[in-house]
Amino acid sequence: MPEQSRFQGAHVELRDVSKSFGGARALEAVSLQIGRGSIHALVGENGAGKSTLGKIIAGALPPDRGQLLLGGEPVHFHSPRDAIARGIVLIAQELSIVRSLSVAENVFLGTEPRQAGFLRRRALRRRYAELAATAGFELNGEANAGGLRTADQQKVEILRALCRNAELIVMDEPTAALSRPDVDALHKVIRGLARAGTTVVLVSHFLGEVLELADEVTILRDGHVVRTTAAADQTEESLLDAMLGRSLGATFPARRPVPADAPVVLSVRDLTAPGVQDVSLDLRAGEIVGLAGLVGAGRTELARAVYRASRLAAGTVTVAGEQSVSRVGRLAGPRTALRGGIAMIPESRKDQGLLPRRSVTENVSLASLGQLSRAGIIRSRPERRTVREMLGRVDVRGGSQAAPAQTLSGGNQQKLLFARMLLCQPRVLIADEPTRGVDVGAKRAIYDLLTTLTADGLGVLLISSDVEEILGLAHRVLVMRAGRIAAEFTGDEATEAAVLSAAFGATERGAS
Amino acid sequence: MNKPQVRGRPGDGPGPGDVAAAQPGRAMADWLPAELLPRLRRGGIIFPFLVLFIVLSVASGSFFTKVNLLDIVDQQASTLIIAAAGTLVLVAGGIDLSVGASYALAGVTATQLSASPLLAVLAGIGVGLAVGLVNGVVTTVFRINSLIATLAMSFVVSGLASLVTGGNLIIAYTHPAFGDLARTAFLSVNTSTWTMLAAVAALGVVLSRTTAGRYMYAAGSNAEAARLAGIRVQSIKLSTFVLSGGAAALAGVIDASRVLSAQASNGETTLTFTVLAGIVVGGTSILGGEGAIWRTVVGVLFIALIGNGFDLLGLNPLYEQITLGGILLLAVGSDAWSRLRSG
Repeated sequence: MPEQSRFQGAHVELRDVSKSFGGARALEAVSLQIGRGSIHALVGENGAGKSTLGKIIAGALPPDRGQLLLGGEPVHFHSPRDAIARGIVLIAQELSIVRSLSVAENVFLGTEPRQAGFLRRRALRRRYAELAATAGFELNGEANAGGLRTADQQKVEILRALCRNAELIVMDEPTAALSRPDVDALHKVIRGLARAGTTVVLVSHFLGEVLELADEVTILRDGHVVRTTAAADQTEESLLDAMLGRSLGATFPARRPVPADAPVVLSVRDLTAPGVQDVSLDLRAGEIVGLAGLVGAGRTELARAVYRASRLAAGTVTVAGEQSVSRVGRLAGPRTALRGGIAMIPESRKDQGLLPRRSVTENVSLASLGQLSRAGIIRSRPERRTVREMLGRVDVRGGSQAAPAQTLSGGNQQKLLFARMLLCQPRVLIADEPTRGVDVGAKRAIYDLLTTLTADGLGVLLISSDVEEILGLAHRVLVMRAGRIAAEFTGDEATEAAVLSAAFGATERGAS
Repeated sequence: MNKPQVRGRPGDGPGPGDVAAAQPGRAMADWLPAELLPRLRRGGIIFPFLVLFIVLSVASGSFFTKVNLLDIVDQQASTLIIAAAGTLVLVAGGIDLSVGASYALAGVTATQLSASPLLAVLAGIGVGLAVGLVNGVVTTVFRINSLIATLAMSFVVSGLASLVTGGNLIIAYTHPAFGDLARTAFLSVNTSTWTMLAAVAALGVVLSRTTAGRYMYAAGSNAEAARLAGIRVQSIKLSTFVLSGGAAALAGVIDASRVLSAQASNGETTLTFTVLAGIVVGGTSILGGEGAIWRTVVGVLFIALIGNGFDLLGLNPLYEQITLGGILLLAVGSDAWSRLRSG
């Protein structure tokens, strides 16, 4: 049972709340009290369940089991709208600003002062001025919201919450996209809110920020509450310690040692690109390098830059010693990277990988039709045979090759993308979150596949938010933070504690 | 702006979207057998087409005759050529509303030059390809929505056509050799029909058998995925617009040759929409990534049969348009619905 809050009664209480997505458990029997007028932080690794918990409190997700109590009385939110009606507002990580409207119009969106269906512009302006003054914001109500800096857009969201009479605001990573001065300004705003009696639930990756702002901290691990304590009793180390610990582990195939004379297949030098600052790394044949870090630390951005899906500002990418895929600032795209021997399994298989309504065969052969055609005409029998063989290799069993890709399970869809890339016979494979949203069996199959591929001399750059996965598979771990490689671990140094503290950047954003 | 998403959905673990994807065929309508609608859609227009064909054969003695059937096909030759190329545009995720205007411009250009049939054909098709190229560049290089880009181009091209004719009907009666282009009978079928068959077959091969055709499906189905698979999505899209312009021009030249005259405003808007209706009724998705040339052929002929049926049976032609509109809504609706169901 959670200990009694120091604040004047619980504003919100959760009792044994559980939530799963598909087969994956996100929260397990979570019980928690959030004191009225307090700043309550939720911390934990990627996937620990903190965002899910925030969404449940704000009615954006219904719990599978358990109770939510508001002021001691059980409530059931069916939508964020229900929660708003009871004074609870969520400010999500992706802000919901209507870019073409003014600041004031955004703030009063849906609650505009109206008369007979007509907007009362003067009343709108007056009410905005009052509200901004109450909150202590200096933000021009007439300004176009789309042109604002992220920090100011955050303020628009906060004002919107206040004008809906929010008593509790859930903020999901409010400072993740902000620069240092903006972070300070927002911290001031959050403190002001709490002083005025608003309860704030703060989901944050930044432990320094949490310690600086929060009255109480709830630490989550694998969907469980580790503990809820007063923030004043905690240090960054004590928080990190509590986040660690083994979960019910998947098992990993034995790592194949990288031969001592294995050549470097991928060499990245001084790479700067959107979200990536001055990164250098080497990848050897048969090696799996794990790229760890928090969401937004620049892992995917690095992968996309290496694969040339985004433009390079500076730096070179070289495959197998030849200068085949580099040239700064050029228009070269994924096509060049792929031809140069780099393949990538993108982060979102739905948005960036699959042709959902096209057949399995078409999905797999897509990137290598050049070899499967003569004079531009596809040779359909060799195509089907090649795809069938590759499907066997990546272990997609059953099902028709003519079936639309969207009818396959998540795991098999992911394997289709592996098959597509492997048909291009790459020397380097970048796999970005290859096991996200797949079941345990498929996970193990993908682990086996990655390990097998390295035996053939492929170099693998593995991105995952699951630290265990990286530790279980990679020969070497690079930890990214704020667009840079913050640390590198090999062998026994690569522990969950080391990786996490490098990822959280223990002191970088500390209580300076 | 439709910037490619760099980070996907941030947050912890799988989101609610994944759950929905994991359970396809949620009970949208339990009163329908789950497989009925997709199956009807896959076979699509074939079934209603056959029914209509049989009904007309029984109801009117003059329908199922060689003369009438060849006549229908010959009349539809230009529509079929444009619609076949338009199918490629739609499959690749675009739309071309300038085909009617290109058809008119090519027709008047060729008629002006009808003294030399070869020059007429080359110049006519040339202007169409040029219009298509501009469409393609505007939509891919400058990333302007193809609906608006080609709509704007249709005004420009119409204006150019009026400029060529000075607002008059231009005639080529003095150059019968130009008329022979479309009106020479070979094996008792006109060259216009033969040209149509060749063009449609060629486009059918491109879409269903070539790498370029595959890339069109990929570009229309998921452009970002196609790009990450190393496909030059923009070049592929551009090529579909060029083909569409060329096909519209070919159709314009054929029809000008057929009637030995052309004018700048030749019912071009109607033609554009008849073409689109045929493609969509056939079952090619307006959202891209799906469709086939055979579908378009059947769709265009289906609409032609409705017109022919109204004529033969002496029905009030007022209802023809209403019927056509209803069928179009049904076609688009079933496409949207099947997408909704499959999430």
